[in-house]
Amino acid sequence: MHWELEVVLFVFLVGAALVALESRNLLTAVVSLSVFSFLSALLYAAMGAVDVGFTEAVVGGGVSGILFVVTIFRTSRKSKD
Amino acid sequence: MMRRDDDAIISLVSRTVSPFIMIFALYVIFHGHYSPGGGFQGGTMLAAALILVRLAAGSDLAQLQFPRSWGTPLGSAGVLIYWGTGFVSMLCGGNFLNYAFLPVSGPPPHHRNLGILFIEVGVGLAVMGILTAIYDDLLEGRPHD
Repeated sequence: MHWELEVVLFVFLVGAALVALESRNLLTAVVSLSVFSFLSALLYAAMGAVDVGFTEAVVGGGVSGILFVVTIFRTSRKSKD
Repeated sequence: MMRRDDDAIISLVSRTVSPFIMIFALYVIFHGHYSPGGGFQGGTMLAAALILVRLAAGSDLAQLQFPRSWGTPLGSAGVLIYWGTGFVSMLCGGNFLNYAFLPVSGPPPHHRNLGILFIEVGVGLAVMGILTAIYDDLLEGRPHD
Protein backbone atom coordinates (compact mmCIF):
# COMPACT_ATOMS: atom_id res chain seq x y z
CA MET A 1 0.00 0.00 0.00
CA HIS A 2 2.21 2.85 1.30
CA TRP A 3 5.74 1.53 1.07
CA GLU A 4 7.16 4.30 3.31
CA LEU A 5 4.85 3.21 6.14
CA GLU A 6 5.89 -0.40 5.69
CA VAL A 7 9.60 0.51 5.77
CA VAL A 8 9.14 2.38 9.06
CA LEU A 9 7.17 -0.53 10.52
CA PHE A 10 9.84 -3.03 9.42
CA VAL A 11 12.62 -0.96 11.02
CA PHE A 12 10.79 -0.82 14.36
CA LEU A 13 9.91 -4.53 14.01
CA VAL A 14 13.56 -5.54 13.67
CA GLY A 15 14.47 -3.23 16.56
CA ALA A 16 11.85 -4.77 18.85
CA ALA A 17 12.97 -8.27 17.90
CA LEU A 18 16.63 -7.44 18.64
CA VAL A 19 15.73 -5.93 22.03
CA ALA A 20 13.66 -9.03 22.86
CA LEU A 21 16.57 -11.31 21.93
CA GLU A 22 19.43 -9.44 23.56
CA SER A 23 17.77 -8.20 26.75
CA ARG A 24 18.98 -9.60 30.10
CA ASN A 25 15.77 -8.76 31.94
CA LEU A 26 12.99 -11.21 31.08
CA LEU A 27 10.22 -8.65 31.68
CA THR A 28 11.86 -6.32 29.16
CA ALA A 29 11.96 -9.19 26.69
CA VAL A 30 8.25 -9.92 27.18
CA VAL A 31 7.23 -6.27 26.73
CA SER A 32 9.41 -6.04 23.64
CA LEU A 33 7.80 -9.21 22.30
CA SER A 34 4.37 -7.59 22.77
CA VAL A 35 5.62 -4.56 20.85
CA PHE A 36 6.79 -6.96 18.12
CA SER A 37 3.31 -8.51 17.98
CA PHE A 38 1.56 -5.15 17.70
CA LEU A 39 3.94 -3.98 14.98
CA SER A 40 3.45 -7.16 12.98
CA ALA A 41 -0.33 -6.73 13.41
CA LEU A 42 -0.01 -3.23 11.95
CA LEU A 43 2.03 -4.68 9.09
CA TYR A 44 -0.63 -7.30 8.36
CA ALA A 45 -3.31 -4.58 8.36
CA ALA A 46 -1.19 -2.43 6.05
CA MET A 47 -0.83 -5.36 3.67
CA GLY A 48 -4.61 -5.83 3.57
CA ALA A 49 -4.96 -8.93 5.79
CA VAL A 50 -7.18 -7.31 8.41
CA ASP A 51 -8.41 -10.58 9.90
CA VAL A 52 -4.88 -11.92 10.45
CA GLY A 53 -3.84 -8.58 11.96
CA PHE A 54 -6.81 -8.64 14.32
CA THR A 55 -5.91 -12.13 15.51
CA GLU A 56 -2.27 -11.18 15.96
CA ALA A 57 -3.13 -8.06 17.97
CA VAL A 58 -5.57 -9.88 20.26
CA VAL A 59 -3.56 -13.05 20.86
CA GLY A 60 0.03 -11.88 20.54
CA GLY A 61 -0.36 -8.52 22.21
CA GLY A 62 -3.09 -9.33 24.69
CA VAL A 63 -3.19 -12.81 26.11
CA SER A 64 0.23 -14.34 25.42
CA GLY A 65 1.99 -11.38 27.06
CA ILE A 66 -0.07 -11.87 30.22
CA LEU A 67 0.68 -15.61 30.23
CA PHE A 68 4.42 -14.93 29.80
CA VAL A 69 4.39 -12.44 32.70
CA VAL A 70 2.56 -14.93 34.95
CA THR A 71 5.10 -17.61 34.02
CA ILE A 72 8.00 -15.26 34.84
CA PHE A 73 6.53 -14.44 38.24
CA ARG A 74 6.05 -18.14 38.95
CA THR A 75 9.75 -18.80 38.26
CA SER A 76 12.87 -16.87 39.23
CA ARG A 77 12.98 -13.45 37.70
CA LYS A 78 16.43 -12.85 36.18
CA SER A 79 18.47 -15.14 34.01
CA LYS A 80 21.59 -16.51 35.69
CA ASP A 81 24.01 -16.70 32.77
CA MET B 1 0.16 -9.69 41.09
CA MET B 2 2.93 -10.60 43.49
CA ARG B 3 3.03 -7.31 45.43
CA ARG B 4 -0.58 -6.34 45.01
CA ASP B 5 -1.67 -3.14 46.65
CA ASP B 6 -5.33 -2.37 46.89
CA ASP B 7 -5.15 0.54 44.47
CA ALA B 8 -8.56 2.13 44.01
CA ILE B 9 -7.79 3.60 40.58
CA ILE B 10 -6.56 0.33 39.05
CA SER B 11 -9.46 -1.64 40.51
CA LEU B 12 -12.08 0.91 39.43
CA VAL B 13 -10.69 1.35 35.91
CA SER B 14 -10.36 -2.37 35.25
CA ARG B 15 -13.86 -3.08 36.54
CA THR B 16 -15.23 -0.26 34.38
CA VAL B 17 -13.38 -1.23 31.21
CA SER B 18 -14.04 -4.98 31.42
CA PRO B 19 -17.79 -4.88 30.45
CA PHE B 20 -17.01 -2.69 27.43
CA ILE B 21 -14.38 -5.18 26.25
CA MET B 22 -17.00 -7.92 26.66
CA ILE B 23 -19.59 -5.99 24.63
CA PHE B 24 -17.09 -5.43 21.82
CA ALA B 25 -16.11 -9.11 21.97
CA LEU B 26 -19.77 -10.12 21.59
CA TYR B 27 -20.04 -7.74 18.62
CA VAL B 28 -16.96 -9.36 17.07
CA ILE B 29 -18.46 -12.83 17.55
CA PHE B 30 -21.96 -12.09 16.30
CA HIS B 31 -20.90 -9.81 13.43
CA GLY B 32 -17.99 -12.00 12.40
CA HIS B 33 -19.39 -13.18 9.09
CA TYR B 34 -19.84 -9.63 7.79
CA SER B 35 -16.68 -7.99 9.10
CA PRO B 36 -13.18 -9.02 10.26
CA GLY B 37 -13.30 -11.11 13.38
CA GLY B 38 -15.06 -14.25 14.42
CA GLY B 39 -15.28 -16.79 17.17
CA PHE B 40 -11.57 -17.07 17.92
CA GLN B 41 -10.89 -13.34 18.18
CA GLY B 42 -14.08 -12.66 20.14
CA GLY B 43 -13.42 -15.52 22.53
CA THR B 44 -9.88 -14.30 23.12
CA MET B 45 -11.19 -10.81 23.88
CA LEU B 46 -13.73 -12.26 26.33
CA ALA B 47 -10.91 -14.14 28.04
CA ALA B 48 -8.81 -10.95 28.09
CA ALA B 49 -11.64 -9.08 29.83
CA LEU B 50 -11.90 -11.82 32.46
CA ILE B 51 -8.11 -12.00 32.95
CA LEU B 52 -7.94 -8.18 33.31
CA VAL B 53 -10.22 -8.31 36.35
CA ARG B 54 -8.24 -11.26 37.69
CA LEU B 55 -4.98 -9.32 37.37
CA ALA B 56 -6.32 -6.12 38.93
CA ALA B 57 -8.56 -7.38 41.73
CA GLY B 58 -6.86 -10.69 42.46
CA SER B 59 -8.01 -14.19 41.64
CA ASP B 60 -9.90 -14.65 44.91
CA LEU B 61 -12.12 -11.62 44.39
CA ALA B 62 -12.59 -12.42 40.69
CA GLN B 63 -14.19 -15.74 41.63
CA LEU B 64 -17.39 -13.71 42.10
CA GLN B 65 -17.31 -12.81 38.40
CA PHE B 66 -16.16 -16.08 36.83
CA PRO B 67 -15.46 -19.02 39.16
CA ARG B 68 -12.38 -21.13 38.63
CA SER B 69 -14.42 -24.28 38.09
CA TRP B 70 -16.32 -22.89 35.08
CA GLY B 71 -13.43 -22.73 32.61
CA THR B 72 -13.14 -26.34 31.53
CA PRO B 73 -16.95 -27.04 31.43
CA LEU B 74 -17.56 -23.94 29.29
CA GLY B 75 -14.76 -24.95 26.95
CA SER B 76 -16.19 -28.43 26.64
CA ALA B 77 -19.66 -26.94 26.01
CA GLY B 78 -18.24 -24.86 23.17
CA VAL B 79 -16.66 -27.91 21.55
CA LEU B 80 -19.98 -29.74 22.01
CA ILE B 81 -21.89 -26.90 20.27
CA TYR B 82 -19.45 -27.05 17.34
CA TRP B 83 -19.65 -30.84 17.07
CA GLY B 84 -23.44 -30.87 17.61
CA THR B 85 -24.06 -28.43 14.75
CA GLY B 86 -22.07 -30.64 12.41
CA PHE B 87 -23.67 -33.81 13.70
CA VAL B 88 -27.27 -32.49 13.41
CA SER B 89 -26.65 -31.56 9.79
CA MET B 90 -25.22 -35.05 9.27
CA LEU B 91 -28.32 -36.62 10.90
CA CYS B 92 -30.57 -34.64 8.55
CA GLY B 93 -29.02 -36.14 5.44
CA GLY B 94 -26.00 -34.02 4.56
CA ASN B 95 -22.29 -34.21 5.14
CA PHE B 96 -20.66 -33.20 8.42
CA LEU B 97 -21.02 -29.39 8.86
CA ASN B 98 -23.15 -29.03 5.70
CA TYR B 99 -25.28 -26.16 6.98
CA ALA B 100 -27.85 -26.41 4.16
CA PHE B 101 -29.37 -29.48 5.87
CA LEU B 102 -29.89 -27.83 9.28
CA PRO B 103 -33.52 -28.24 10.46
CA VAL B 104 -34.45 -24.54 10.54
CA SER B 105 -36.94 -22.62 8.42
CA GLY B 106 -36.08 -20.43 5.47
CA PRO B 107 -34.03 -20.78 2.28
CA PRO B 108 -30.57 -22.46 2.26
CA PRO B 109 -28.58 -19.18 2.48
CA HIS B 110 -30.42 -18.51 5.74
CA HIS B 111 -29.41 -22.00 6.92
CA ARG B 112 -25.74 -21.28 6.21
CA ASN B 113 -25.95 -17.93 8.01
CA LEU B 114 -27.38 -19.57 11.13
CA GLY B 115 -24.94 -22.48 10.93
CA ILE B 116 -21.90 -20.21 10.83
CA LEU B 117 -23.38 -18.27 13.78
CA PHE B 118 -23.72 -21.47 15.85
CA ILE B 119 -20.17 -22.50 14.96
CA GLU B 120 -18.75 -19.14 15.98
CA VAL B 121 -20.62 -19.10 19.30
CA GLY B 122 -19.18 -22.56 20.01
CA VAL B 123 -15.64 -21.51 19.09
CA GLY B 124 -15.92 -18.35 21.19
CA LEU B 125 -17.12 -20.24 24.26
CA ALA B 126 -14.36 -22.84 23.88
CA VAL B 127 -11.57 -20.28 23.51
CA MET B 128 -12.83 -18.14 26.41
CA GLY B 129 -13.14 -21.10 28.78
CA ILE B 130 -9.83 -22.68 27.91
CA LEU B 131 -7.77 -19.46 28.03
CA THR B 132 -9.23 -18.55 31.43
CA ALA B 133 -8.57 -22.10 32.64
CA ILE B 134 -4.94 -21.84 31.46
CA TYR B 135 -4.49 -18.62 33.44
CA ASP B 136 -6.06 -20.17 36.55
CA ASP B 137 -3.95 -23.30 36.23
CA LEU B 138 -0.77 -21.22 35.96
CA LEU B 139 -1.62 -19.50 39.26
CA GLU B 140 -2.71 -22.69 40.99
CA GLY B 141 -1.22 -23.29 44.45
CA ARG B 142 -0.38 -19.65 45.15
CA PRO B 143 -2.54 -18.53 48.06
CA HIS B 144 -2.62 -14.72 47.92
CA ASP B 145 -3.00 -13.73 44.26
